[in-house]
Amino acid sequence: MSSRSTTTRCVAGLVLAMVGMFATGCGVTRGEPSKDMTMLIPNAPGGGYDQTGRAAVAAMEAQDITGGTFEVHNIIGAGGTVAFSQLMRSDDEHTILTVGLGVVGSSYSFGLDEKLQDATPLAQLIEDQEGVLVPASSPYKTIDDFLEDWKKNPDTIAVGGGSSPGGPDHLFPMQLAKAVGIEPREVRYVAYDGGGPLTSALLGKKIKVGFSGLGEFEGQIKEGELRVLAVSGEKRLEGDLFSKFPTLKESGVDLVFTNWRGVLAPPGISEKRRDELIAYLEEMHASPEWQESLKNNKWIDEFKTGDEFEAFLEEQSTRVDDTMKELGL
Amino acid sequence: MDSLGLLADGLGAALTPENLMYAAIGVLLGTFVGVLPGIGPAMAVALLLPVTFGLEPTQAFIMFAGIYYGGMYGGSTTSILLNTPGESSSVMTAIEGNKMAKKGRAAQALATAAIGSFIAGTIGTLLVVFFAPILADVAVTIGAPSFFAIIVFAMVLVTSLLGDSRLRGFISLFLGLTFGLVGMDLNTGQPRLAFGRPELGNPLDIVIVAVGIFALGEALWVAAHLRRKPLEIIPVGQPWMGKDDWGRSWKPWLRGTAIGFPFGAIPAGGAETPTFLSYILERKLAKKTDEFGQGAIEGVAGPEAANNASAAGTFVPLLAMGIPVTATSAVMLAALTSYGIQPGPQLMTDQSDLVWTLLASLLIGNALLLVLNLPLAPLWAKLLAIPRPYLYSGILFFASLGAYAASQRAFDIFLLLVFGLVGFMMRRFALPVLPLIIGVILGPLMETRFREALAISGGDLDALWSENLAIVLYVLAVLVIVVPMLMKRLRPSSGDDVPGGPGGTSDDGSDAVETTDDEKELVQR
Repeated sequence: MSSRSTTTRCVAGLVLAMVGMFATGCGVTRGEPSKDMTMLIPNAPGGGYDQTGRAAVAAMEAQDITGGTFEVHNIIGAGGTVAFSQLMRSDDEHTILTVGLGVVGSSYSFGLDEKLQDATPLAQLIEDQEGVLVPASSPYKTIDDFLEDWKKNPDTIAVGGGSSPGGPDHLFPMQLAKAVGIEPREVRYVAYDGGGPLTSALLGKKIKVGFSGLGEFEGQIKEGELRVLAVSGEKRLEGDLFSKFPTLKESGVDLVFTNWRGVLAPPGISEKRRDELIAYLEEMHASPEWQESLKNNKWIDEFKTGDEFEAFLEEQSTRVDDTMKELGL
Repeated sequence: MDSLGLLADGLGAALTPENLMYAAIGVLLGTFVGVLPGIGPAMAVALLLPVTFGLEPTQAFIMFAGIYYGGMYGGSTTSILLNTPGESSSVMTAIEGNKMAKKGRAAQALATAAIGSFIAGTIGTLLVVFFAPILADVAVTIGAPSFFAIIVFAMVLVTSLLGDSRLRGFISLFLGLTFGLVGMDLNTGQPRLAFGRPELGNPLDIVIVAVGIFALGEALWVAAHLRRKPLEIIPVGQPWMGKDDWGRSWKPWLRGTAIGFPFGAIPAGGAETPTFLSYILERKLAKKTDEFGQGAIEGVAGPEAANNASAAGTFVPLLAMGIPVTATSAVMLAALTSYGIQPGPQLMTDQSDLVWTLLASLLIGNALLLVLNLPLAPLWAKLLAIPRPYLYSGILFFASLGAYAASQRAFDIFLLLVFGLVGFMMRRFALPVLPLIIGVILGPLMETRFREALAISGGDLDALWSENLAIVLYVLAVLVIVVPMLMKRLRPSSGDDVPGGPGGTSDDGSDAVETTDDEKELVQR
């Protein structure tokens, strides 16, 4: 790389950054016939939804699938329900929203009348498994060791996860407890604000067991500071490191639990536009850029569209509602 | 120790004219973006990250370090000049810094902030270099009970900041604690004080509260009095720090560093608590206590150093354990991974050359910040020479822009206006502003830690003193209350030099309200 080209790039980047600032600061008016689109993200930059949403946008822009450009907006608040409510009030055919299991949970907690399936479900993009984690010095060597102990003393063993009630890291241990015959209300669950604080709680032995997606913990797992007792999916994860961990089913627990993310459009858009948007996402799914993102982020390629996705959303929201009701939340 | 040799290699790799240019660009960009209120270092780094793509790792790191330090310094600049902190950790800087600026000492405030940041950042980075692996092991053992004890300790110290009227002080503190309750309850997922608005489902952004109460409240207050009172002219003052300023600054710099670094190194320690502790400490130690609240340079030097040392400290959990503990370090983590650094326990051994380059880059970025910004301080200070009506309308504009830019919600502007009104009313009724801000910052931290400790123990209160550090802190808190009382007993004729414990009032009721004269005048009407 010659120094001239780096400088040019640098200057170009600078200009872009400035333009970006003004665009986000002032808002951009958009001509109606334009093909430009807006992707809403229901949490902060750097979070899970943000990574998935931006990867999808990047792949669509790289392949020029929509014929226009994308503007990405992070709408932070109330576990994603602020962004979701905004989508439900919109009739803009050019706006889509990244959602996931966490948004189902918080729309229950916030008592929203609308469910995710009431928008226009476009596609599920990915799936992510949860793992059961213990620190290296833990006496639990296998998932059976833990479950046996847990069944005896569900109310004295402190377990934790990186999400508040209704989020995936909370729903998973509750459903696991129920599957092995523990009353979910008895579980002593400690909510941490994300993967970072959860890691330090585990390494500092503040809690016995942690529940979370494994991506954030790769370093600690590789180094042997944290041990994975089981993963929650139908099949084992891929990769040298992660494929060693047994699924719950292999270990004799009848539970499959997955975290997932997908894309919604506003309710009431035309059938034609819905099909068009789904076609964009299908094309995006086939692109090499997307496949690369799946690999880099260790996301499981679980893609379903339209009615199939809608049925899935219905099933998910019933399941979340049941769990939360059972807990009295 | 061969760490020093490795660091020298890192510096050697990083110090080329071309790289220095990237560092300079990074510092300038970071400062300009950080100057916008509402845009703290996390946002600045996230916004400008794309600029570093396409560069080689070394250059990218250097530019990145420049952006990072520039963004932090930019936030302090607005705190001092316009009373609009860009992030929660520079809220404490605004309290004395803006008072200094109003007295024509903006250049000194900016300079002590810049030099303090530099010293704290450098010492902090060197501490990371030598002690990261050791500290990391100790840091994780500090759990919720100890943290709760730290905040209890801080709360005990707060009582000395309540001002002349205890009643008004407590009203303000409890208002702050109430605002701190807004948002989703982490343990049950239920919204609190949200009034059915999903926008209130997250905790209030401290920056919006602070900017509303400090900047908007003051702008409204000034506007309400413009016709009655001639404007005071802000004196221009000396452009550089005098001998006296140096003498009063260097100790707070070092003390701030000592307080800030450990908080950064503790996972989830944060930068707010140390800036606050440093402020109280300086206030207690200051010889001219009456100057506090009226623009004491110690109150800028200490918190700024604490803020930067804490930021350097966050590299301990980040590099040694791969744990991002603040929003800024989460963005950093994303940035590091995009350059092929996989943070985690193995990082220091596996990719040591990259780590050393990064640490060396931080030192260079920090040094360049000082070189570029110190001469600019008198220029920035001239900003205040703008006629007041224009200055305050400018502040209103930038405050609203910042509130909106942070998450692009119109609702945040509404919140800003509400807090502006609260700030106005507080000035009207002479409620001190500082306890409210402290309530908003410390309340939620205290609650989270308290409930985490109890959630782990299943509601058993013994858990609160289950850690040695916690016990030590409770003992200290008791001593802080008891010793001044005993001293008073022993020396009944004690003069003004006894530090004001909770029992005594050595403070002059000074706080972020500077309009006490107006107030009296108003009351007389």
